[in-house]
Amino acid sequence: MLSVEFFLNALMAGILLGGFYAAISVGLSLSFGLLDVVNIAHPAFILCGSYVTFYANEHFGVDPIIAGVVFAVPFYFVGVAVYRIYYNSFEKTGAESLRGLVFFFGLFFLIEVILIITFGVDYRLVQAFYIGKSTSIGPVGIAYRLFVPFMVGGILATGLYLFLSKTFFGRAIMAVAQDSLAVQLMGVDPIRIKTVAFGISIATAVIAGSLLIIIGPVEPTIGREYIGRVFAVTVLGGLGSMTGTLVGALVLGVAESFTSSFFGPSWALAVSFGILLICLAVRPSGLFGR
Amino acid sequence: MKNGKGPFLIVAAALIVGAFLITIQMENRFYYKAAYVVLQYVVLATAWNILGGYTGYVNFGTAAFFAMGAYTAVALIKTWKPPLYVLLVAGGLVSGLLGLGIGYLTLRLRGVFFSIATLALAIVLQMLVSNWDYVGGGAGTPVLKPRSVPLFSNYDEFLFFVMAALAVVAVSTAWLIENSWVGRGMAAIRDNEEAAECMGVPILKIKLFATTVSGALMGIAGAPFSYFVVYIEPTSAFHLDYAVNSLAMPMVGGTTTWIGPLVGAVLVGTAQQIATVTLSSEMNLLIVGSLLVGFVVFAPDGLVGLFGKIRARIAGREA
Repeated sequence: MLSVEFFLNALMAGILLGGFYAAISVGLSLSFGLLDVVNIAHPAFILCGSYVTFYANEHFGVDPIIAGVVFAVPFYFVGVAVYRIYYNSFEKTGAESLRGLVFFFGLFFLIEVILIITFGVDYRLVQAFYIGKSTSIGPVGIAYRLFVPFMVGGILATGLYLFLSKTFFGRAIMAVAQDSLAVQLMGVDPIRIKTVAFGISIATAVIAGSLLIIIGPVEPTIGREYIGRVFAVTVLGGLGSMTGTLVGALVLGVAESFTSSFFGPSWALAVSFGILLICLAVRPSGLFGR
Repeated sequence: MKNGKGPFLIVAAALIVGAFLITIQMENRFYYKAAYVVLQYVVLATAWNILGGYTGYVNFGTAAFFAMGAYTAVALIKTWKPPLYVLLVAGGLVSGLLGLGIGYLTLRLRGVFFSIATLALAIVLQMLVSNWDYVGGGAGTPVLKPRSVPLFSNYDEFLFFVMAALAVVAVSTAWLIENSWVGRGMAAIRDNEEAAECMGVPILKIKLFATTVSGALMGIAGAPFSYFVVYIEPTSAFHLDYAVNSLAMPMVGGTTTWIGPLVGAVLVGTAQQIATVTLSSEMNLLIVGSLLVGFVVFAPDGLVGLFGKIRARIAGREA
């Protein structure tokens, strides 16, 4: 049963899955890790991305990834609007911990219901030339529908890492995360920085959504399963560290892949929550904690 | 506060008697079903509020506690079909223990991490129950309700009466907690846990008490569920609706007093029953979601808070 081939295939599938998990988690790492905005609704925005991608692909035959990137722009402004509401209603008055959490949970549920009303509860999928094909390195098979999200996820995480460490604006975001008051004393408005950063985090969620629907068919309620995954990756990686997020995503991907290969796919979901709970109990600052 | 205890309990007892009198008078079965659901939400919202509203720990896993109560009852019904009160006690015990468990989680997990852990609990338990064939697994199982009960003309009326009594018990529990030192300790934890600990509030004891009572009440509310729906399966027992509703109702009503969840559950619950019949079940969820987000943004103290503000304004004008 434990053949090397089987092992290598599970490992490869896990690594590819990990790249995708990095894509879905970088946005949360930005909003939750750096801005302390506990966006539980992040998976709901990912699903929004999946459904707009589905719409563009179904009606206009647009490639899913191009659709994701294009729709990331309007959703940036959605993110900006959401943060404005969040800031004015909760952060400004210091009520973010309890009510802010409830707000995002409500938003998550609301988006889910709207998706159900608009698109129904059927599974939806997209067409693209790379879906359904695969290649192989020796005995190890690589499905393109996993490889493409892996690559895009890697690019997204690397891009965000470079943005945060090399550009002026990215550094401003890091500065806000470290000491908001000091930033304000330097004459920068931390709220403006946080607004832009939150917009970016929602934009990445939409791109991640296009990857989600490439990997497999999507229905409105699967966002719940991803709450565990995105938070597991973000916490495991250490809040706000892009390198950590990438590593955390690979760990989760490989762990899930092995679990579903050896114990069956129905147990894979327990992995993310298991990792999350163990990580919170043993090392809450994660692998690459600040 | 002590003076109010007697009259409150008399009113509570009167309400239970009143519910019994209704079952003698009213015939239409639909109203019993609808009232049962609303009363069930009164219990769930009140239970959620003991932990969420009083103590400040947001529980997203109402469905887990509710379904544990329901499935404990199913397991017992499958083995020896005990009378309903045994199911209630057993459901309350199991979910109470589960609550005690998450109470210990609060030692390490605060804020969002606690909330996500409760959500995780719901998803993991649903997975376990779906793989547990004795209680029907993922496909579910039919549950036969007893054919008759003494004093009641049919079982639905009896279930309605039981749930009405449970609602009274739950609200009374919340009222008693609120007007005791434990309730004030909870408020202290909600406002500032570190400061409360420094002032000598036994925070662990109080948090464990809150999670256990809250969980037990949810479990008790879930225990008669299988008799009510006749066919139980994990997706409906663990439905996210329970989490959202038990959160939305106190938010709509107001989270700091016992009356808030009661008002919220009666209003939102009744509105949902009407919306499900006249519109569709999706629209009903849309209404709940919008109410939740709307209230938390625009009226964070709920209807009770709004009412208080209006009253204060009127009083200010007169003075």
